[in-house]
Amino acid sequence: MTMSRETPINLVLAALLFAMPFAALALDEPFYVTLATHMAVLALAAVGLNLALGLGGLVSFGHAAFFGLGGYAAGILSTHVLNMQPLLTWPLEIGASDQMPVIWLVAIAVSGLVALAIGAISLRTSGVYFIMITLAFAQMIYYFAISWPAYGGEDGLSIATRGAFPGVNTAVPLTFFLVCYAVLVAVLVLFALVRDSRFGAALQASRQNETRLAAVGIGPFPVRLAAFVLSAMITALAGALYADLNRFASPSMLSWQMSGELIVLIILGGTGRLFGPVAGAMLFVLIESVLGGLTERWQFFLGLILLGVVLFARGGLIGLVAGKPRHG
Amino acid sequence: MSSALFIEQMLNGLQFGVMLFLMAAGLTLIFGVMGLINLAHGSFYMVGAFACAAVAAATGSFWLGLAASLAAAAAAGAIVELLVVRRLYDRDHLDQVLATFALILIFSEGTRWLFGSFPLYLDIPPVLAGAVDLPGGARYQLYRLAIIAVGVAVAAGLYLLISKTRLGMQIRAGQSDREMIGALGVDIRTLYTIVFALGAALAGLAGALVGALQSVQVGMGEPVLILAFVVIVIGGIGSIKGALVGAILVGLVDTLGRFLLPKAFALAMGASQGATVGAALASMLIYIVMALILAFRPQGLFAANT
Amino acid sequence: MAEPVLSIRELRKNFGALKATDNVSLDLRPGEIHALIGPNGAGKTTLIHQISGAIRPDSGAIEFLGEDVGALGMAARARKGLGRSFQISSLASEFSALRNVMLAVQAAQGSSFRFFKPVMHDTSLTEPALAVLERVGLAQRARLPAAELSHGERRKLEIAIALALGPKAFLFDEPMAGMGPEGSKDLTGFLDGLRREAPILLVEHDMDAVFALADRISVLVYGRIIATGTVDEIRRDPEVRRAYLGEHA
Repeated sequence: MTMSRETPINLVLAALLFAMPFAALALDEPFYVTLATHMAVLALAAVGLNLALGLGGLVSFGHAAFFGLGGYAAGILSTHVLNMQPLLTWPLEIGASDQMPVIWLVAIAVSGLVALAIGAISLRTSGVYFIMITLAFAQMIYYFAISWPAYGGEDGLSIATRGAFPGVNTAVPLTFFLVCYAVLVAVLVLFALVRDSRFGAALQASRQNETRLAAVGIGPFPVRLAAFVLSAMITALAGALYADLNRFASPSMLSWQMSGELIVLIILGGTGRLFGPVAGAMLFVLIESVLGGLTERWQFFLGLILLGVVLFARGGLIGLVAGKPRHG
Repeated sequence: MSSALFIEQMLNGLQFGVMLFLMAAGLTLIFGVMGLINLAHGSFYMVGAFACAAVAAATGSFWLGLAASLAAAAAAGAIVELLVVRRLYDRDHLDQVLATFALILIFSEGTRWLFGSFPLYLDIPPVLAGAVDLPGGARYQLYRLAIIAVGVAVAAGLYLLISKTRLGMQIRAGQSDREMIGALGVDIRTLYTIVFALGAALAGLAGALVGALQSVQVGMGEPVLILAFVVIVIGGIGSIKGALVGAILVGLVDTLGRFLLPKAFALAMGASQGATVGAALASMLIYIVMALILAFRPQGLFAANT
Repeated sequence: MAEPVLSIRELRKNFGALKATDNVSLDLRPGEIHALIGPNGAGKTTLIHQISGAIRPDSGAIEFLGEDVGALGMAARARKGLGRSFQISSLASEFSALRNVMLAVQAAQGSSFRFFKPVMHDTSLTEPALAVLERVGLAQRARLPAAELSHGERRKLEIAIALALGPKAFLFDEPMAGMGPEGSKDLTGFLDGLRREAPILLVEHDMDAVFALADRISVLVYGRIIATGTVDEIRRDPEVRRAYLGEHA
C-alpha cells in the first residue's frame, strides 16, 4: 500500500536470498547455503530490533541480551534432551523438548519476560540514558552467563543435534535454510501488519513527537513497552535459530559487539524500512565473507564503510536506491 | 575474616573506583558540553595503555611511557574530534552511537595491525614496587595506593580547572547554554576539541595506570567503558560530581560484592555451590544497584540541569 | 449558573526564584470562550502546560468535570476530554495531515493496542478524520506530510487534531500565531461557532480576535491574574491599562 518504490526492491531482495542456496547447490558450493541461512537469521534478528529502533526510535544497545537468551534457550533445551534430565522439577516437572516450535516458544516467552523487566526500568528514561542502560543490562546477562557454570560458562553450550521440525529433516542445510527463510517471511509480514496498524501508528508517533501522542490521550510508555517486548521476542526467535545453525550457544551472542552489529545491520539497510534489515544482513554477511577473504583486518575496513554510511549515506542501501520513505 | 583483608578489599574497590572515575569524567564532560555519546572512549583507554607499554619497553622508563600515554590519547582524541566527531554534534544519538562504534572497529583492528594479537606487558615502576604497612596490620601494594592518589589529584585538578579557570568557565557555560558561549565570543570549535582531547587524555591515563596491573591488549577498553556508562547513569549524565560518587560506589560495590557474596552464600548453602551462586550474583550486583537507583531516580543521583 | 467545566484553584509554580504561576484561580464555564491574555513572559503557556498535565504545579488544584485531575498525566487528562493545541505546532511531522488527525480519532476510540488491521483501510478512522479536515479547510491537503504544510495549515491541523478528540473543553495556546490577518479572521469565525461544542480557554495575542470572541477575559501579569471580567470590564480596568497596556496612570 505504502512505499511503492520500495516494493520492487523488496521483492528482488527476497528472491535473491531465496535463490542463493539453490544456486549454491547447483554450483556445488554448499558453503553458500550456510551463508544464506546466516543472512536470513541475522535479518530476522534485525527485523526484531527494527520494530523498536526503526518504528519506535528506541535505540536499544542491548538486543544481544535477547538474541543470546534465544540461543541459550535452544542450547539448554538440547542439553537437557541429551542428558534426559527434566527442565524443571519444581513446582511441577517439565521435560525438555528438541522440537523447534517448543524451543521457539520457550525463547519467546523467556525473552518477553526479561524484556518486560528491562523495558519497564529503561523506558522510564530516554535518549542517551536509554542507550547506556540497555547496554548495561545486556552486559549484566552476559556476565551472568559466563560466571554461571551449569550451562557452559565462558565456553558456551554445544548443541549435539539441531532442533527438529515436524515433517522435515533439519539436519539437511537446505531444509534448515527453508525453515529460517519461512520464519523470516512470516515475521516480515507481521512487521508490515504491525507497522500499518493502530499500534504501529501510535508507536511511530511516539518516535516523531512524544508530546503530541500524549496530548491526544495515548500514553507513550505502554506503547513503547509493548514494542520493546515484541521486538525482543523476535530477536530471541532469531537467536534460537542462530544457535541451531551453529549448533552452539555462545556467550558472544550476548556481547555488546553483537548488540552493535544488530544496529549496524539496520543502518546499512535503511532504518525503519520493512526490508532494511534484510538488505543490511545480506550486505553485512557479504562484506564479512568478501573482505574477510581478502584480509584478516576486514573489521578495520568495515569500520571505515560504516563511518562513511553514517556520515554520508544515512538512508542506507534501500535509501540510496528508493529515496526517502513516505507515510500514507 | 580478618579486618586486614577487609581493608585490603576496600582499598581495591577504591582503586577500581578511581580508575572508573578517570574514564567516566571524560565521558560525562564530553556529553555535558557537546551532547555527544562516545562509544570510542574505551579506545582511548586502550591507546593510552599501548602507548605506555610500547614506550616503556623501548626506553625502559615507565614515566616516559606515562607521558607518552597522555600525549598519544590526547592526540588520538583531537584527531578523532577534528576528522569525525565534530560532524556528529548536530546528529541524533543513533548516528553518534554508530559512528563511534565504527571508530571502535577501526581503533581495535588498527591497534592489532600495529602491535599484533599478543598482549603486551607493562611493569610497575621500581619506585612504586612493593607494599606498605597500613594501620591494623594490613599490607597493601604501593602502586595501587599511587593510583588512588592520582585519582584524587585528578578529581581535585578537574574541580580547580572547572571552577577557577577561564577554560572551566567556558565549559560550564557550554553545559548550561550551548548557544550562549558562541554569543560570548568563545571559539566553540577549539573549546570542543580541547574538551574532547582532555577527556581522551584522562581515559589514556587510566589505561596506562591499569596496564601495569593487567595485560595490555586489544578490546581492554570496552568492558571498562560499559562500567563507566553505568557510573554516569548512576551519577547523572553531565555531572562530574556524580561521576566521582558513582565511580566510587560502583568500584566498592563490585569489589566487595565479589569478595563477600561467595562467602555469604557459602555459609548458607555449602562451600562449592554457595561460591558459584555468590560469584554469579556478584557479577550482576552493580547492574542491580543501577536498576534500583534508576527505579527511584531516573535521572541519576546528581542530574545536571537539562 | 452552570457548574464550571474546568476549575483551577490557587495554582502555584516556581522556577527557581521566578514565580511563573502565582496563586492563579480561574474557571471555564459551559459554552463560553474564556480568553487568557497578558504580556510576553507572563506565564500563559506555563499555565496551559499545568492544566493539560505537561508540567506539574507546586501546589493548587485542577478540577475537570467535577473531578480532581491533578494527579493525572497528560495522556490521562486528554482521555478525560481536555483537547489542547500548542503554541508552537507540535505534530507527527512525517505523518500526513490525515494520519495526524487519525491518531486523535483512534485515541478517542480508545483502541491503540490493535496490531493487525491496517489503519488506512479502516473507514472508522479515515472518515471522521477527513470530515474534521474538511471542517478546518484542509481536506485538499490531507495527504501531505505535516512537515510540508505551510505555517498556517499547520496551525489549522493543530485545531483539527483537538477537534477530532471530541473534547469536553478546548485549551488553545495562541492558535492565531503567525496566521496573517486573513487567516486570523477565518479562524476567529470558526472558533466563534466552536464554543457551542465545548468551552474554550483561549490564550491569544491577537486583541481583535480576543475582543471579538471572549465572553470573559483574565489578565495574567508576572504569573498573577490581576483582573477577570467581561470585555468591557477589562477595557475599563485601570490596573489592566497600567500593567498590560503600558499606560501610566
